[in-house]
Parts: sequence; structure tokens; C-alpha cells
Amino acid sequence: MSAAEKGWKDVPMGGLILEAGNAKEYETGDWRTHKPVWDEDKCSHCMICWVFCPDSAILVKDGKMQGIDYKHCKGCGICAHECPRKCIEMVLDTGKDGEAGASE
Amino acid sequence: MSRRVAITGNEAIAEAMRQINPDVVAAYPITPATEIVQMFANSVSDGKVDTEFVTVESEHSAMSAAIGASAAGARAMTATSSQGLALMWEMLYIAAGLKLPIVAPIVNRALSAPINIHCDHSDTMGARDSGWIQIYSEDAQEAYDNLIQAIRIAEHPDVLLPAMVTMDGFIVSHGMSNAEFLDDDVVRGFIKEYEPKHYLLDVENPITVGALDFSDWYFEHRRQVADAHTRVKDVVLQVAEEFKGISGREYKLFDGYKLDDAEYAIVIVNSAAGTAKTVVDELRAKGLKAGLLKIRLFRPFPQEEIVEALSGKKAIAVLDRADTLSLMGGPLYIDLRAAMYDSPGPRVKMVNYIYGLGGRDINMEQIAGVYNDLVEIVKTGEIKRSVTYLGVRE
Amino acid sequence: MAELLEIRWHGRGGQGAKTAAILLGEAVSISGKYIQAFPEYGPERMGAPVLAFNRISDEPIRLHCQVANPAMVVVLDATLIGKTDVTAGVPEDGLYIINTNLSPGEMRDQLGLADGKVYTLDATQISMETMGRNIPNTPMMGALIKATGLLTIDEFVANAKGRLEAKFRPDIVEKNIQAIERAYQEVQGEE
Repeated sequence: MSAAEKGWKDVPMGGLILEAGNAKEYETGDWRTHKPVWDEDKCSHCMICWVFCPDSAILVKDGKMQGIDYKHCKGCGICAHECPRKCIEMVLDTGKDGEAGASE
Repeated sequence: MSRRVAITGNEAIAEAMRQINPDVVAAYPITPATEIVQMFANSVSDGKVDTEFVTVESEHSAMSAAIGASAAGARAMTATSSQGLALMWEMLYIAAGLKLPIVAPIVNRALSAPINIHCDHSDTMGARDSGWIQIYSEDAQEAYDNLIQAIRIAEHPDVLLPAMVTMDGFIVSHGMSNAEFLDDDVVRGFIKEYEPKHYLLDVENPITVGALDFSDWYFEHRRQVADAHTRVKDVVLQVAEEFKGISGREYKLFDGYKLDDAEYAIVIVNSAAGTAKTVVDELRAKGLKAGLLKIRLFRPFPQEEIVEALSGKKAIAVLDRADTLSLMGGPLYIDLRAAMYDSPGPRVKMVNYIYGLGGRDINMEQIAGVYNDLVEIVKTGEIKRSVTYLGVRE
Repeated sequence: MAELLEIRWHGRGGQGAKTAAILLGEAVSISGKYIQAFPEYGPERMGAPVLAFNRISDEPIRLHCQVANPAMVVVLDATLIGKTDVTAGVPEDGLYIINTNLSPGEMRDQLGLADGKVYTLDATQISMETMGRNIPNTPMMGALIKATGLLTIDEFVANAKGRLEAKFRPDIVEKNIQAIERAYQEVQGEE
């Protein structure tokens, strides 16, 4: 049953939210007009983008950057602005190249 | 020369307040009424009004300051919404009990919890027994006109009661539509100077306000408040007649829309009444005798006039944008049912729909569905459910 | 014009969909018609899809419900297409005005429209060139005036100027007016 199909008998009482960390299920990737594109070759894995990203959309494994979580990235451009090696570029997100929402 | 403008409900109210130029305004911001006070504060800082503007730390203080100012002899106003009105609670009763003609625009918004900033009538409906006059408004024009009239009604020597004028949060407060503003001198000529009979700053005639009043006299003083309410209806009509003279716009205790020969009637307040009138037109075109009664003066409740207007209808649906949780339906429905108990002739079938809580939209299809239900009730003679939650996800 | 014209604006939080609806409403109101202008009320979040609406009529408007079947749709940001259904509830002969660098024909194909009218304008480019920022709402209003003939461009510019002057510096007002006028010239319809 999708959220929209649920009736008043199906939702937790008092507006309680019963699952911790469920913000992950709320995909905000379609709020953006521009998306960050990461150049892995230029990246030194300094993690500054990870520190600054307000949406926890920088994917990291074993201390290394892995890419961008396009399902949650709102395209604010803070990562590109802060990157000391300029290896993140903001480009118009046409949604056509299959990249948006693809990587996680 | 009146001015026809495109404005939001909040802009219309702020403009009315600028023209009223009250002696004292004490207010605290709350969505969706914040803009009213913000725009009025601009009028204060731009020197467009002579008002003493009191910034306070809560709505409780806002109402307290308005009460103090009014008792001192000032024409005092405030504005609020939802939780703000709830926080004014104990002071509302004090304003009425002291018979202080404070006037307050209230922007209707749901009460928490869950937290919500959108329109329903829980806030003012909750305050319906506080002793305040309550006037409901369908759109920005009515809110503007009602606020100006409320000054005269509240301050009338036969009344001397506080009055709130309500309009729907966001739908009217933030939506832009057309309205006509009166000229400043016309408004000021209409509302006249406020001349309180007894007031604290009258140093020649010192008085005490708010003295202790136990079982020996409290009852008599509360009886005076009830007595003042019996005179409100006539004053409302008299003020409306004069207002028609300056504006050309007609106001009554309620607005009957295609009601006289209607067989099926909806009773409703505020913005959804406009949508429902359009539904009435469509149903009339199809041959159904549909009609509508939109209550303007809800406190005091104009029982005789409403009963007369609704007697003889085949079936009535009362639409409430608030619930009482008494399991007997919404506040309008409960009052309407009590009022109709004394109606002559056979008992009219009445049902209740609670709609639009927390800003849920109500559309033409849903209102047409209510009229359909009424036709079905008359056809079968059976009421399956007296209270229906309209538009809730089941 | 139909008895009651309903318009739906699609944009993203921060792109000025509500302001566009209000500016249009005010300008049309001055011409003597009755108007409504209001957004879809909800959380205001930069970048999230938002809606705003107009109703325009020769008669006073009493409806206070949401607009479900707009005859006209204005899309301030083409990246919304595919993510939101901009054609939802629109009648077959509906009119679309879309901010895109595509031609009306290409946009018609993308939306899968068989009927109706499609106008396109690269409002983002005009906005960048005249104002140096992506604020597509002002030029899109110029396109709307051209496509609908609701008002003359002079009537519209006069009102927009007054409104903008209350909020912005003269040079910014001038750039906005330039954007509206360029849009009025550059909007493309179908032959």
C-alpha cells in the first residue's frame, strides 16, 4: 500500500514516526536543476565535500569518495564550490543521460 | 471614490486597520496572521497612523495589553490565529466579562497536534462561548467590510462587547483576489471617535476595573454580558444598513443564496461558501432546488431568523470545518440542530459533514455529492450517518 | 475567452511561480477583469516542485477550491517535465507555455500531446543574459502575454514596473522589463 492509498486507520496515531532514519526513503533528487558531476581522476579524497554536503549525498567507503547519491542530492552546488581541486562540476540535469538517480 | 484593487486577505485587513487608526494595537506574530501585524507595523513606522503599537512577548500578553488599553479608554485592537488565539484563552473571557469593545481580526488555522499551519475553524470555534461577538467572512472583501463594521458593533453603547472577525487562513489571507477599499475619510466618518463612558484615564471620574466579584454579584455581572448579546443582532443590522449607504454592499445576519424556494440546503461559513454557491448554480441549472445559508453572525447566534429561513426545507446539510469531538458533530451542526428543535412543522432531516481539517481542499464535486446525499435521504426517508468526515482518506 | 480561465504555473521553490501568478493577476485586474492568484499551499523548499494558480473572469470569482482542470499551463523549468505531470487535468485543447530551448514541435512530442497549443521560450537564457541570474518567471510572463493576448505588453509592463520598483533597485527593475520585452518578441508558437 503506497502512502497515498493509506487511510486514517492505517497510519500511526498522533503523527508518530515509528521508523528511525526514514528520511532516506524521502528522495529529494528531483528538486534539482543542476547536478554535480565528479571527476574521480582529479579527486584527492580530502572529504571536504562530504563535510559540507547538507544532504549527506556524498557516498564514502573506507575513507574514499565513491560518488554522489543522486537520489538525495538537491543540486545546491556547495560541494562544487568547496572542492579545493575543482573536481566537481555543476551541469544542467536533463535527466536524459540515465545518470540522475542511478548511482548509489 | 472607492478603490478597486487586487489584494490578499491580509493586505485588506491591514488596510482596514490603517484606516481605522486604532489608539493601541498589541500583537504577536503567528502564521498566517503575521502579515497583518507586519503591514500594520509599517503603517505605524511610516507615520500613517497615530497608533501606540505594543510589541509583546506572547499572544497572552497581546490580549492582556489590549484589555488594559481598552479599560484605559483606548480603541484597542490585536490580530492572531490558531495557537495564538488559544494562548489568549483566559484573557478572551476577561475582555468579554469587563465588556471591553476590543476588535480582533482572526485568521482561521488548525490547532496542533499534529502541527499544521493551514485553514480550519478549530481556533475560533473553540472560542465561541467566550463572550466575544463572532463574525465570519467568505473573502477579502467581506473581511475588510466586516472589520470596519465590527468597530461600530462592538463600541455601540447597547453592546460594548469584544468582537472577532474571521477569514480563512491562506485560502483568503494569502490568496489574491479583488476588493474595493473605501476612502479613508469615509471609513473614519463611519467608525466615528470612540467615546467610552467609564475609563481608567478619566481622572475626573476615577473608577476601579476588575475588582473581586464573588457569589454575591458575579452572577449578575455575567447576566449583563448575556443581556448585551441579546442586543447585538439589531445593532449588526443597523450598522449594516449604514454601511450599505457608504459602500453599496449589503450585509445581514446571514447570507441566503437561492434559499427562499430551496428544498435542499447547505449551511456553511467562510471561503467554502463561495465554492458551494457555484455548485448551487450548477445544480439549479439541472433543475434541483438547491440553496445555501452562509452564517455571518455566529455569536450571538441569530436563532429566530435562521430557523425561519430553514423551516420547510426537505433536508439540510451543515458543513463544519471543525469538530467538537462530542460525537454529536461539528459546532455549527450542534447549534443548528438545537435551534431547529423549535422550528414549526414536521422535523427537517439534518446531517453533518466535517470537511477541510488542516487545510484539506474541498472541491465542487464533493459539495455536489453532499446535495446528492440530501436528495437520497429525502427519497428513502433514511439517514444512514448523521456525521460524515468528508474528504478524509478512509 | 472562456467564461472562467484557469492557469496553472509549474516551477521550483525559489523560481517565482507565486510572484508570477500575482503579477499577472494584478495586471489583469487593472484591465477591469476579476482575478485570483494563489500558490499551492505547502512547505516552501528551494528546488522542490511547486504550483501556483490564476483564475481570470469577467464576473466576480467565488470559487475557493484548488484548480483541477486548467486550460493553460506555464512551466518555468523544463527539468520538471517527466518528474511532474504538467498535463494532469488539462483539457485536450489546453495551451502550454514552456521554458525550454526546444521548439514547440519537439516539446509537443515530449509531452505526447495530440491537440492543443504549445509555445516555447528559452526564458533561462534570456534571464541569464538580461539579469545574470536564472529567474525565469519574469520572461515567462512576457511569453504568456504574447501567447494569450490577455493584455497588451504595455499594460503589463506598466504594472510590473510599479510592483518591481517597490522591491528592487532601478537597474534591476530595468533588467526585468528588458527580459519581459525580449520574451514577448522571442516566444515561439506553432504555425
